[in-house]
Amino acid sequence: MLKNLLAAMAIACAGAAAFVSGAAQAKSDITVAIQLEPPNLDPTGAAAQAIDQVLYANVFEGLTRFRADGSIAPGLAESWEITDDGKVYVFKLRKGVTFHDGSSFDAADVKFSLDRARAADSKNAQKALFASIADVAVIDPLTVKLTLKAPNGRLLFNLAWGDAVMVAPESVKTLATKPIGTGAFKFVKWVKGDRIELERNAAYWGEKPALAKATFRFISDPTAAFAAMMAGDIDVFAGFPAPENLPLFKADARFQVLVGSTEGETILAMNHKRKPFDDVRVRKAISMAIDRKAIIDGAMFGVGAPIGTHFAPHHPDYVDLTAKSPYDPAAAKKLLAEAGYPKGFKTTLKLPPPSYARRGGEIIAAQLRAIGVEVEIANVEWAQWLEEVFRGKNYGLTIVSHTEPMDIGIYARDDYYFQYSSPKFKAVMAKLNLATDPAARSALLKQAQTILAEDYVNGFLFELAWPTVAKAGVKGLWLNQPTAALDLTGVSWAK
Amino acid sequence: MKAPTSLIVGGVISGVVLTAAACSLVWTPYDVKLLDVAQKLRPPSLAHWLGVDHFGRDILSMLMLGAQTSIAVALLAVGVGVAAGAPLGLWAAARRGGVADELIMRGNDLVFAFPSLVIAILITAVFGPGAINAIIAIGIFNIPVFARLSRGAALTLWRRDFILAARVAGKSSFRISWEHILPNILNLLIVQGTIQFSLGVLAEAALSYIGLGAQPPTASWGRMLADAQTLVSLAPHVALAPGLTIVLTVLGLNLLGDGLRDLLDPRLKAARG
Amino acid sequence: MIRYLLGRLASLIISLIVASLVIFFVIEIIPGDPAAYMLGVGAQPDTLAALRAELGLDVSKPERYLRWVSGMLQGDFGISYTYRSPVSEMILERMWVSLPLALYALILSTLIAFPAGIYAASRRGKTGDFAVMGLSQLGVAIPNFWFAMLLVLAFAINLRLFASGGFPGWDKGFWVGMHALTLPAISLALPQAAILARIMRSALIDMLGEDFVRTARAKGLSRAQALRRHALRNALIPVLTIIGLQFSFLLAGAIVIEKVFYLPGLGRLIFQSISSRDLIVVESTVMLLVFVVIMVNFAVDIAYAAIDPRLRRRR
Repeated sequence: MLKNLLAAMAIACAGAAAFVSGAAQAKSDITVAIQLEPPNLDPTGAAAQAIDQVLYANVFEGLTRFRADGSIAPGLAESWEITDDGKVYVFKLRKGVTFHDGSSFDAADVKFSLDRARAADSKNAQKALFASIADVAVIDPLTVKLTLKAPNGRLLFNLAWGDAVMVAPESVKTLATKPIGTGAFKFVKWVKGDRIELERNAAYWGEKPALAKATFRFISDPTAAFAAMMAGDIDVFAGFPAPENLPLFKADARFQVLVGSTEGETILAMNHKRKPFDDVRVRKAISMAIDRKAIIDGAMFGVGAPIGTHFAPHHPDYVDLTAKSPYDPAAAKKLLAEAGYPKGFKTTLKLPPPSYARRGGEIIAAQLRAIGVEVEIANVEWAQWLEEVFRGKNYGLTIVSHTEPMDIGIYARDDYYFQYSSPKFKAVMAKLNLATDPAARSALLKQAQTILAEDYVNGFLFELAWPTVAKAGVKGLWLNQPTAALDLTGVSWAK
Repeated sequence: MKAPTSLIVGGVISGVVLTAAACSLVWTPYDVKLLDVAQKLRPPSLAHWLGVDHFGRDILSMLMLGAQTSIAVALLAVGVGVAAGAPLGLWAAARRGGVADELIMRGNDLVFAFPSLVIAILITAVFGPGAINAIIAIGIFNIPVFARLSRGAALTLWRRDFILAARVAGKSSFRISWEHILPNILNLLIVQGTIQFSLGVLAEAALSYIGLGAQPPTASWGRMLADAQTLVSLAPHVALAPGLTIVLTVLGLNLLGDGLRDLLDPRLKAARG
Repeated sequence: MIRYLLGRLASLIISLIVASLVIFFVIEIIPGDPAAYMLGVGAQPDTLAALRAELGLDVSKPERYLRWVSGMLQGDFGISYTYRSPVSEMILERMWVSLPLALYALILSTLIAFPAGIYAASRRGKTGDFAVMGLSQLGVAIPNFWFAMLLVLAFAINLRLFASGGFPGWDKGFWVGMHALTLPAISLALPQAAILARIMRSALIDMLGEDFVRTARAKGLSRAQALRRHALRNALIPVLTIIGLQFSFLLAGAIVIEKVFYLPGLGRLIFQSISSRDLIVVESTVMLLVFVVIMVNFAVDIAYAAIDPRLRRRR
């Protein structure tokens, strides 16, 4: 009996195995994996980056858009004119643009989208992007006029964000489950917990994409990600979660590995309102106790660029200030003694889920222990981190990556979670907001970076890398992540 | 399996694990608090018998320290179960058929009706992850096990002559439970305790594998496995060593439990062989 | 019987009420704000308040509890905060993965455990018994997530016989679905099979000591024949009880395995919803699972009582 059973099972297994060795890859569809599943599909109603990764530039478009290199390009607005005082923007819209449900896109939709985002009951996660807008007026179906409260050099940049995409009043209620945009791909279906399918939009106003079909899959587990890639289940994994496995892919001719950068400054944030972090000598000691190389090697397996201030190294205005806080535990110990902590002190280190924080945190705890600082690690979920650290400011140290592009301005906010308050820095930022001359702006940005580094506001660790693993034949992927996006419009398979 | 064999094999394995844990309280081959990233993932060698992990820590030392965590969590979880479960079971038996009995047994059923892993996740979501909360999460589900066991055993004892004699002598049911019944069900509790202990080791591993158990720098087998997962193809030893340690430990404890049962409860011996 | 039935019914209702209270209030005290989670670090206070109002989070807890319970009584499980779709729909979607997976694992474990248990019982004390029991000890001791890791390494990465995880959906065909569930089902089935084989064996050995089996043997049946014809049927009762228990465990207890194979099952839905503080999903899903187990227990009790009147006095 047992024998028969085993034989039957063996046959069943063999049959199933024969079944999977499936058909060859058709070259007009692609399966892209990312780590997290979007909670819903409305980019104007939630902060989750996964929403933009699936939908930005593919399904939804804004008046302006990010290019792969981070610069701003025209989107649904073909061109614009700015008055000399910088307070009025007149956008000329593209002709013949339609939403995926067939309705046409015009100036009324622009007014609707922007008014909705800045309304009193708006649920836009980045409402601040629209704060400078005083009025949106429809001039004619293809012309929109934006009047600002004050000049804002960042308006075109702000309008390129995923939170500022254009939506139609008819479909806005159901965006969360059935996104309707103007992009080159149409939403087909969402199998929750597994995948989202998109298909080419035949009525697209611009150049038609090479891909006819795109499937997004969601694999957060690093092992599963590795296994799925190695097993050939997936064509592209953007934001590959296990940097330790990149060498294996690099060595394998079936794959290509792209290591780009993100806008994510990974920092060891310190609570300035909690002793002893109010003392700049203590902060300097902590900064000098950190061995950035060991953290990048140990937590990220060498993937990531060290930073010495809160600014992205790939930005033209970046200043390398890592030398202000070199790794020097002996000097750090001395500084602690000067500050009145010869025996060190105890503090908490709260770590959100990503591995840069969890692994980096273990290494930092060990490095701080070497100068006498006893660190108690507490792993927290994002929801808890937001509540306890970000809102409650109940922490000593935490590690987090600030992924918003050009976010140095958070240091000018007294109530921001690390509670840094510097009149000098705020003055520089105020000047920057009014400056329009590129040279002056660059100088101010450099000055701002230097202030942060010299105040040792936080432990500046590294710029988060953006590793993409793809099958060898895939072309046209973005290398960097100037914003959360996985633009598939230019992606194709090599012949 | 013969009783002496399983008792000896199980006892030896459990003894080794226990000794390793005790030893790690004062000494480990290497100091795992010092990370050496440059040495990461070195395979087993004479210097490091089981190799080093992704932070350059000695895996043998980590396993010894992890044994501490596993044993402490599992043991305390059993403690919670016995301390709360046994009195409840005895009380229920003393009031058999009464309201207290009904309430306790219904409460037991209710706890059993909850999916244990989900509750563990909820508990850690409320109180934060950590060894203490792992103990509570595992311990809660030990309570009905011991309550049911003690009640069942106590019920048969209440019908025995010597209990009857004690009742006639005017002893309260509390005193009877404490002085006569508890000593007589102790063997059963010990056997079940061993089984729950090995289940506790597995549960602790599962909880820390999904990130809910003891937090770093406290070593834990489950977390070692979680850390090792992505490294399996680069350095198999980091995943094999903790996995095999868990298997061996649980195996040893189960064998010990079987052996103890045969030794302490001869009536069952006939059936279980 | 009527009195017994009424008594059990009353305690059933009380159990459900207590369970719902425990679930709701435990889940509600989890720190973290669903709205803050959704809107992230760039959110402004007024946006947060607007979202909280939309999600119905600005109402007091007791009132939300009552709304939740009365909704569930009418079959309305609420609307997910993050997914913005009905929770009942989401549970149903996940059931199409969790239920087949649990069944698959159960069938596998039964297919392994029955022959193994019968074989061991018929070879009691001999090498065959020793081998099966030794293997089952090993099966009980292996953490299923570690076993799953090894399976993925061997069959998905090295041999490429199976996908490493994920679930393509039943619309791609029955065998495609079963194929995707095979490795997860095996990793779930192994420890269950080991337990079941041990129970099967000891139940059979108990039966062999019973009079009617002895009589059969006295009539000239061999040990194996007596076992197959008489003991097996009677040994099934305890075994089936265990299978029933295992099934409810498999339904919710597959969280870790679902994580390893990134299957969109019920367990992962709960896990994800807890981390995104989609509380209504957690509450309704856990309540449903508890409800199922309580109902199964109730049905079993009633069935036993109907068969054996003695049990009506005390289980």
